[in-house]
Amino acid sequence: MRSLAVAVFLLVLLPGAAGAQASIERGRALYAQGCISCHGAQAEGVRRSSVPSGAGGLEGAGPSLHGVGALAAHFYLSTGYMPLRRPAQEPKHRAPSYSGREIDALVAYIASFGGPGIPAPRPERGSEAEGFRLFTENCAGCHQIAARGGLVTGAVAPPLDRATPTQIAEAIRIGPYVMPRFSRRQLGDRQVDSIVRYVQRTDDPVDRGGWSIGHLGPIPEGLVAWLLAGAALVAVARMIGRRAE
Amino acid sequence: MMFWRLIVAGLTLLLGRGRRRAALSPGRPRPRIVPPGPPSPHAETLVLSCLLLATVAAIGFIAVFALDRLPAQTQLLGIALGLAFAFLAVATVVTGKRLVANDEISEPYPEPANEEAREEIEQIVSESTDRFTRKRLLVVAAGGAGTALGAALVVPAVSLGPLLDTRALKRSPWQAGVRLVDSLGRPLLADEIEPESLYTAFPAGAEQNQVGSPLVVVRLEPSRLDLPPERHGWAPGGIVAYSKICTHAGCAVSLYRAPLYDPTSPRPALVCPCHYSTFDPATGGGVLFGPAGRPLPQLPVRVDAHGRLVAGGGFSGSVGPSWAGVRTR
Repeated sequence: MRSLAVAVFLLVLLPGAAGAQASIERGRALYAQGCISCHGAQAEGVRRSSVPSGAGGLEGAGPSLHGVGALAAHFYLSTGYMPLRRPAQEPKHRAPSYSGREIDALVAYIASFGGPGIPAPRPERGSEAEGFRLFTENCAGCHQIAARGGLVTGAVAPPLDRATPTQIAEAIRIGPYVMPRFSRRQLGDRQVDSIVRYVQRTDDPVDRGGWSIGHLGPIPEGLVAWLLAGAALVAVARMIGRRAE
Repeated sequence: MMFWRLIVAGLTLLLGRGRRRAALSPGRPRPRIVPPGPPSPHAETLVLSCLLLATVAAIGFIAVFALDRLPAQTQLLGIALGLAFAFLAVATVVTGKRLVANDEISEPYPEPANEEAREEIEQIVSESTDRFTRKRLLVVAAGGAGTALGAALVVPAVSLGPLLDTRALKRSPWQAGVRLVDSLGRPLLADEIEPESLYTAFPAGAEQNQVGSPLVVVRLEPSRLDLPPERHGWAPGGIVAYSKICTHAGCAVSLYRAPLYDPTSPRPALVCPCHYSTFDPATGGGVLFGPAGRPLPQLPVRVDAHGRLVAGGGFSGSVGPSWAGVRTR
């Protein structure tokens, strides 16, 4: 009876394991084509100083990928942050360079060096009010309260309208480029759920004040108000005054 | 007492002016230039009530501003000031349309070369307003509305800072031995401060809203620290603490530029989101960029026997925005 159970178990597991192994191999091949010049042959990273200048046109200078896990690999590849043309370039959100299957393979390969898995946020479990509070405290300084993005000196904080719930949860843990990173003690998974739920809400905000003017903030709003008030004043002046002959 | 006498004297002067001038210029009645018009008591009453309402609205602005505890404070302030301006505008429009004669005189005014011509212009001006039946009351009402509105515009300046007691700006609850806690009062443990993360801390058991209370705490690589020699021992394990209040305009320094990978990103920096003053946490809070004129004050920290972060002394400089004089440290 026990041997039957083991046989069934192996039958179920082996093709899966073999598939995972094949995926890692495919990922290794893609890695060798697209990532190796900056991140190194064994994904151990290339410090700028370790590369002779001009050697094969390689600039080097990418961090080690050991221990970053599927979480970071999935984030950088699915947002199009990686691959970068030059290592010192600021990564920007764009269409991914790889297909979904290729990303899966590369993620499997990077995950084989260890590290955290892809998070699965469940925004429906979170609370919008708590998300609003946490977003105000931790995120709005750079990303603006309407999640439309902003600036830090020397870098751009991207708008979050294109970010998926998984990517938001990943970015919170990684802190990509110059963003600070938030540990589980600072923001628990439940709190991340709430933040994701709030960010989803900002895609379709309730503008009780009326015209949102693209959520650009108080200064453009003030300019528009002055413009409208100026037009109204001219109209009133014409109404109460008399035209010169 | 003095104050009241001054007010009474001012009112007497104001109300007595017209009477005195009338007594000084007797003489033959001159023929009218401006055609006479009927007085309009209704319009005058309207103007008077508008001026009164403008006064009330402007005083209301001052009252709302002083109370400072109402649920819709900003909206009420806006409504009060807006109403004051609107009533003043209505009063002016009604005066111009219904009370002052506005018949056009086609000839250009001659140069007031002689006494005769000047008297004529004075006469035109005075006859243009002789439809008013309650001129002095109107003048007082307009003066009252103007004074109240002026006061409403000046009063918010009180919020710009303490008038005489500048010691409040330099007071800080931080001194040697005060524990660092988070916004909920939980102690900050040195082991839990991770690199590339930003923590906000407050003094245990003290008011969190004071300008000298909030801190930003970050952990840098100890080898990258380049603090002045007199700050030796202020950063155990690379943990540095600075005042969270920007030295430029007093906003919260809530941005931490934390490069994930140093060789390809800008260096770590604390950034204020209001005007992008950028401070260097590795060298003692010096200004890297932006309008701030002096470094962020640093707080020495040490780790106690239980692994908790405690202050090792007071701030390295004055906390808060640079008021006159504070700039000189």
